[in-house]
Amino acid sequence: MKTFVYVDHFKGEIQPASWEAIGLGKTLGSVSAIVFGSGVDSVVKSAFEYGADEVFVADDAALEDYRAEPYASTLSALASAQTPDLILFPTTARTRELAAMSAVDLNTGVLTDISALEANGDQLVATRPIYEGKVLEKTVCSGKPVMATIRSRFFPKPEPDAGKSGTPIKVEVKAEALTTVEGYSASESAVNLGDAPVIVSGGRGVSNNPSLVPPDGLDEKAAEIWRAQQGFALITELANVLGGAVGASRAAVDGGYIPYSHQVGQTGKVVTPDLYIACGISGAIQHLVGMRNAKVIVAINKDADAPIFKQARYGVVGDLFQIVPALTAEFKKKLGK
Amino acid sequence: MKLATTNNSRRLTLKIIACIKQVPDSEAKVKAEGGQVTWGDAPLVINPFDEYAVEGALLTKEAVGGTVTALCIGPESAKEALKHALAMGADEAILVSDPALENIDTVAAARVLAAAIKKIGDADMVMFGRQTLDNGSGLTAAQTARVLGLPMLGWVGQIKVQDGSVIVDRVVEEGRVTVSAKLPAVLSVVQSIGEPRYPSFMGIRKASKANIPVWTLSDLGIEAPAAVVTRIELMNPPVRETVVEMITGETPEAIAETLADKILREKVL
Ligand SMILES: Cc1cc2nc3c(=O)[nH]c(=O)nc-3n(C[C@H](O)[C@H](O)[C@H](O)COP(=O)(O)OP(=O)(O)OC[C@H]3O[C@@H](n4cnc5c(N)ncnc54)[C@H](O)[C@@H]3O)c2cc1C
Ligand SMILES: Nc1ncnc2c1ncn2[C@@H]1O[C@H](COP(=O)(O)O)[C@@H](O)[C@H]1O
Repeated sequence: MKTFVYVDHFKGEIQPASWEAIGLGKTLGSVSAIVFGSGVDSVVKSAFEYGADEVFVADDAALEDYRAEPYASTLSALASAQTPDLILFPTTARTRELAAMSAVDLNTGVLTDISALEANGDQLVATRPIYEGKVLEKTVCSGKPVMATIRSRFFPKPEPDAGKSGTPIKVEVKAEALTTVEGYSASESAVNLGDAPVIVSGGRGVSNNPSLVPPDGLDEKAAEIWRAQQGFALITELANVLGGAVGASRAAVDGGYIPYSHQVGQTGKVVTPDLYIACGISGAIQHLVGMRNAKVIVAINKDADAPIFKQARYGVVGDLFQIVPALTAEFKKKLGK
Repeated sequence: MKLATTNNSRRLTLKIIACIKQVPDSEAKVKAEGGQVTWGDAPLVINPFDEYAVEGALLTKEAVGGTVTALCIGPESAKEALKHALAMGADEAILVSDPALENIDTVAAARVLAAAIKKIGDADMVMFGRQTLDNGSGLTAAQTARVLGLPMLGWVGQIKVQDGSVIVDRVVEEGRVTVSAKLPAVLSVVQSIGEPRYPSFMGIRKASKANIPVWTLSDLGIEAPAAVVTRIELMNPPVRETVVEMITGETPEAIAETLADKILREKVL
């Protein structure tokens, strides 16, 4: 089987699931990595180190910023010429678009968010979640190449080998673009929940600390947000000690406590960390579908009847403003930080 | 895009199409049963992600002037989802319905939507949701853009229309990317656009009386596109036997100590 793996990166920052895709491709046969962008030598180098047998690179000023049309056209032309059996992608906002468009060009289809891929004769069978993961389906794609985006953290990541290198193969760039990138702000909202091994999340409860006295002159709403920010500061500290990321419920996002990119759940991100600590989150079904596949779930909630406890491995009935800082202090001690 | 003159001020009249699907409610207990997906007697609703598409369309219409057409491929019952869009404030709704469209994949849906969008004609903006609740692939918007040869602006959290162009903020993993394109363009809209408005009483009345045209494939002048992606098996996810262990203690510090020990023993750090 000839597999291509699209290495997704943002300004050189690589999506780690790209390497998980290389690992998966290797179990099926040879792997060629695909790297697009401008000034991407270091991405190419990493692709060799993570096990790509060869690397196709389109390094061109026209590909400086990700834009759907030139990226899709360049990918489609490469795939038409090289006829891989399979193209794998990590699942991101960009790759969904890119794979979607190339599939139209190549008259094939895309299997998104796959958590397993087996070869059954010469047919590839993928497992993917539908209905928010309440049901799983096995699907096949009769077009060629089969295109699939893999879920983060479902396939083993290969160990990089710094000794491996190679000469990349240049790809012709199809530069026609229909959009212009005007600017970028990382803002405080840049967070990669999909790859985080640990997530500490806050919900509406993070604003509920009546003993905190907000600065003068804040109206009720502003005071609530101010309180919530004190709460999220505690959550962030715990996340930092555990080397994790900060998540949130939709109530926290809608309340203006934290940007949308932190939201876990149906309309946010679906995540599968090793450890998920839910603080002041009640456990509505739309939140649960986003995190219930975490290996270990810990819930901290004032209300002993909160549904989140039904999903949790460990539960604490208590005030997050007391428990979270105590837990941070404890881990600092135990992890020697 | 046309220029309209109202009260001496020249306003654009944008023609905006919002593509919506009907899905089982997010609270539904969905299961695989006898090779079928079932959801008991849970209601079918407008795909929650598509409410943001309708909201984005309505906000744009309010900002610059224009009309909003809701478009759906689905069975006759999907008219209810279209009525929700009408009740929110869409001006008209169109259902594409044909028995041959029952098991289509996203590329096929994109080809059918593209044909319907062409038949509606003169679209300046086509809005999609981020993904469907049922199939959940998040592919259809970009595939429709590709079929139509229009610019694709995905994961949009803010929309501004200016001089025949649209400028959006894409909310992606790494932050916000501001991108512009000439109209017409295809957008997929995410939650940052703002809470979808509730249907008003007047809106619900208007929607209940609306006449929703139904187009078949022959009305669109196309054949049913063959599906490339097909399901071969349905499964229920393995049930997790989690028994919660409640951690108690005299003080927060005592609780924290016990909990930290338990977590460390799980070897997840
Ligand atoms: C279509 C649709 C999509 C949705 N998508 C999402 C989604 O993607 N993600 C999501 O999260 N939700 C989503 N929701 C919303 C969801 O239904 C819930 O409303 C939301 O998850 C509630 O958030 P919460 O648990 O933070 O707030 P609440 O339900 O208000 O719970 C707050 C909890 O905090 C506890 N608490 C209060 N104070 C403290 C304290 N000091 N210490 C400890 N605990 C405390 C309370 O006991 C309570 O259990 C969606 C809803 C719909 C209809
Ligand atoms: N049957 C349909 N009718 C109209 N729009 C649809 C249909 N299916 C999908 N869409 C649109 O395409 C988006 C992405 O769908 P999907 O690729 O299935 O996740 C949805 O949020 C809708 O905006």
